[in-house]
Amino acid sequence: MMILSGDPPKSRVLTLVLVLIILALAATPFLFPGAKALNVAAKICVFAALVASYDLLLGYTGTVSFAHTMFYGIGSYAIAIALYGMGPNWAAVATGIVTGLPLAALLALAIGLFSLRVAAIFFAMITLAVASAFQVLASQLSWLTGGEDGRSFRLPELLRPGTVLIPKDMFGVEINGRILTYYLVFAGSALMILALLRVVNSPFGRVLQAIRENRFRAEALGFRTVFHLTYANCIAALVAASAGILNALWLRYAGPDTSLSFSIMLDILLMVVIGGMGTIYGAVIGATIFIVAQNYLQSLMGVASKAADEAGLPLLPGLLHPDRWLLWLGLLFIASVYFFPTGVVGRLRYGGGKKTAGPSH
Amino acid sequence: MTDLLTLSGVHTHIGRYHILQGIDLAVPEGQVTMLLGRNGAGKTTTLRTIIGLWQASKGEISLGGTRIESLATPDIARLGVGYVPESMAVFSDLTVKENLVLAARDGPLDDTQLDWIFGFFPALRRFWLSRAGSLSGGQKQMLSIARAIIEPRKLLLIDEPTKGLAPAIVMALIECLKEIKRKGATILLVEQNFFAARELGDSVLVMDNGTIVHRGEMAALAADVPLQERLLGLSLETHQ
Repeated sequence: MMILSGDPPKSRVLTLVLVLIILALAATPFLFPGAKALNVAAKICVFAALVASYDLLLGYTGTVSFAHTMFYGIGSYAIAIALYGMGPNWAAVATGIVTGLPLAALLALAIGLFSLRVAAIFFAMITLAVASAFQVLASQLSWLTGGEDGRSFRLPELLRPGTVLIPKDMFGVEINGRILTYYLVFAGSALMILALLRVVNSPFGRVLQAIRENRFRAEALGFRTVFHLTYANCIAALVAASAGILNALWLRYAGPDTSLSFSIMLDILLMVVIGGMGTIYGAVIGATIFIVAQNYLQSLMGVASKAADEAGLPLLPGLLHPDRWLLWLGLLFIASVYFFPTGVVGRLRYGGGKKTAGPSH
Repeated sequence: MTDLLTLSGVHTHIGRYHILQGIDLAVPEGQVTMLLGRNGAGKTTTLRTIIGLWQASKGEISLGGTRIESLATPDIARLGVGYVPESMAVFSDLTVKENLVLAARDGPLDDTQLDWIFGFFPALRRFWLSRAGSLSGGQKQMLSIARAIIEPRKLLLIDEPTKGLAPAIVMALIECLKEIKRKGATILLVEQNFFAARELGDSVLVMDNGTIVHRGEMAALAADVPLQERLLGLSLETHQ
């Protein structure tokens, strides 16, 4: 229980689902051979941490920020620029980390101190403006960032696919640098999520929840809410930048589409809503559902469409045609928000009603 | 008796509305001062201006000799001002325990103080680990007051604590506030329930249209029905 900071999933079904996801992710290189499965698993790990950090903001403080991908991008670009410029060595990895993380934290501090005093809608607009400006900047500074093409780089030798650590005859799967990188991503993401669980279950986390519920009431108790919100913004930015570092290490690339795109921000929002806001666990569930659907719905629909065609059913083959996968993905999200208004975790933890753990009179 | 809190010529604007129009009042140390008045007279705005949730546009507010009108709410709270807003203001998503731990701010809960609070409000002990949002209205109000007194405060600002509560709960609240008063607390209390006002009040201030229109002893106002009708538009005896 210590590892979960005294905040267990509180539902047998949820515990089972989480254990299954974690076991599947931990055993992906052995259970699901092939590059696609490993890519999907790595993306789930990175996004689970990224979405959990956004949950700290949205779910625990009620703050809507559109700058989260910017922090994610800072981490990605820091490691990419360092490894591209300094060559594939550990000193470059360390340089990327010690440059990217403080930069993200400082920017979050500045945005927080200047913008978190204003009403929530203005804060959201300011973060949107800053994130857009950063995206333009990354695209314009092509000598540094590679512009629209981004930066591809090579990893230190230990993390390269060609580096065989354990030959195939031991576990039936060759443990190489690529798999080591996957476990680095897996362990890094798990540590970040556990650290966030610790944060939200600390006295600081309680103050954040109080601020979310009523900022004035929290101030009347003596809490300087701007500072608390700014600290939360900095922690979320640090985790987002770390997730960006892991993503860049996995992809061996950082570019506008994979690190800074506004569509990533929308994906994060969808994942946090589907999983359940203010739960941290929701990030793992939301990221898994979203990324699995994003990657396998199209091929699943192809199989279903073919089966319907062979059975001679009318309309269905056309409706289930793989080209219409985005339509079905959209319908899936509408259905999930309709049937799980508190997210999957909220539904599993508290049933259909409100959060009631005690008596009702 | 020295005055713990004084307001001199305090004006408060909310948007384009001029709510407080030159408030002068003093709250003596160790006394319960009642703040009465019709709805919309400016009572809640007065409390919110003192705690800094509304910024006074003009005038001076002094707490124990320290000027506080330009301080931020958290700083005023840290000077020892407890505020109990109206409408059962608890943090619904937190448990009863977490609500009180939050109010204790810088340290662990004082067991003696906690036992003293449980003596008045046994329900809080019973629902210690329940979410505050699941408590009844009376229990939420108990928690709201408990949160203000869990730590020693120089001054308590309490806004209509008995509003909407069952008579039995009102009696428990009055007993609790009497005990707090016996311990020497200084309270500025907005209250519409005359029974509660008469039981608790040492002195009284009556507001109308953002100004103080009467100040005196609570007992004197309670005994003077024509004065009540003139100041408040009704006899308090009929408003219990």
